Amino acid sequence: MSSIFTSSLGKKLLMSLAGIFLIIFLLVHMGINLLIVIFDDPMVYNKAAHIMSTNILIKIFEIILFGGFLLHMIYALILQIQNWVARPNRYNKANYSNTSFFSKFMIHTALITLVFLVIHMMDFYLKAKFGHAAEVIVDGKAYHDFASEIIDKFKMLPFVIFYIAAFVFLGFHLVHGFQSAFKTLGMDHKKYTPVVQFLAIIYSTIIVGGFSFIPVYIYFL
Amino acid sequence: MNLKLKIWRQKDPNTRGKFVNYRLRDISADSSFLEMLDVLNEELISKGEEPVVYDHDCREGICGACGLYINGRPHGPDSLITVCQLHMRKFKDGDTIVIEPWRARAFPIIRDLMVNRNAFDALIQEGGYVSVNTGSAPDANAILVKKEHADLSMDAAACIGCGACVAACKNASAMLFVGAKISQLALLPQGKIESNRRVMDMVAKMDELGFGNCTNTGACEAECPKGITLTNIARLNREYYKATF
Repeated sequence: MSSIFTSSLGKKLLMSLAGIFLIIFLLVHMGINLLIVIFDDPMVYNKAAHIMSTNILIKIFEIILFGGFLLHMIYALILQIQNWVARPNRYNKANYSNTSFFSKFMIHTALITLVFLVIHMMDFYLKAKFGHAAEVIVDGKAYHDFASEIIDKFKMLPFVIFYIAAFVFLGFHLVHGFQSAFKTLGMDHKKYTPVVQFLAIIYSTIIVGGFSFIPVYIYFL
Repeated sequence: MNLKLKIWRQKDPNTRGKFVNYRLRDISADSSFLEMLDVLNEELISKGEEPVVYDHDCREGICGACGLYINGRPHGPDSLITVCQLHMRKFKDGDTIVIEPWRARAFPIIRDLMVNRNAFDALIQEGGYVSVNTGSAPDANAILVKKEHADLSMDAAACIGCGACVAACKNASAMLFVGAKISQLALLPQGKIESNRRVMDMVAKMDELGFGNCTNTGACEAECPKGITLTNIARLNREYYKATF
């Protein structure tokens, strides 16, 4: 049982479970973000954000989420370093084997996503946590006015481009990560694996499209 | 055919290797790749130079001894064959062919294009067998085996242990090889008895030998001369979880 934390297959299992957890989280996150464009009243989004930052269950979930992120990143880094060490001398001629394209760049797309995540945390999450965001008072109750802040930011083209670019790279990461997690869990089937591969493309497209729609919508309207 | 060869030359495991260029003239398009190398070696010997060292044995595509990384692909530009079954008609007159050894920490270079694949033997020694009394041949139907399982086991048993999976994998992972050996035995009643111990021992050994980790990229499956599929890696994962939990 302890080998699950140390063996190659065990580390891959933990990494894929954390990955699936993050895949589900992304859908929830996207749903909440879309409130800002679905409803004309920005307070719908602000109230949802208020619940997300104050509800005790969400706070517990937040700890699990950070744990999942850390687990996924730490094990990915360990496995990647082992992979580099496993081939100390590279081939002179690049590999031409017929393989899934995005799988070759998982560490690169992961690093780009990590950079975006750090900026996102510093720019948004920490402000929400430590109360530096502007406030709006509704029915005598104070809420952080994230909606206005988001709208202000996405009226600036560089923010829009950076945001969409980050999600496109995340999408590349997800196309392989989604279906690879199933294989790592031991799920491979002649009939169902192509379905999972198709779902991976659909899911990644929804995530990239859903998140990117918000800045595009705000910028042009 | 006239060819330009760029071949990795390395005196011994501890000496730094380098690429050396050779020119070959009038090579028959119908000769095999190894025959082409034989022609080169004859020329080198006649000039008093050291011939290029490479692994080969049966030259029938079944022993798994040969293995060269040719123009960025293990066993060269054809599918489902070992390099001994590769023919020069797959190349064009005037081509430059880059020939390298398998590159992996677990497969150290012995000399030139020959690598030490003892790591695969060590993996087999950890559990790639069934412990049974070898008496007289048992009755064919004494232990019933599902046709589907027998077929899948036979497919996995087609692995010849050439190491192309490790050579092709961007992580130098041996999981297709181990997956094939685990599948071959775990699918049959005779192999099921030791399946838990086998998978734990083989995975531990695989990690100890310094192979990389599978990222489900699929290069191994694409380059395997015997068509071993990624399904075997998925089964390796299942067997490992079954033995662990």
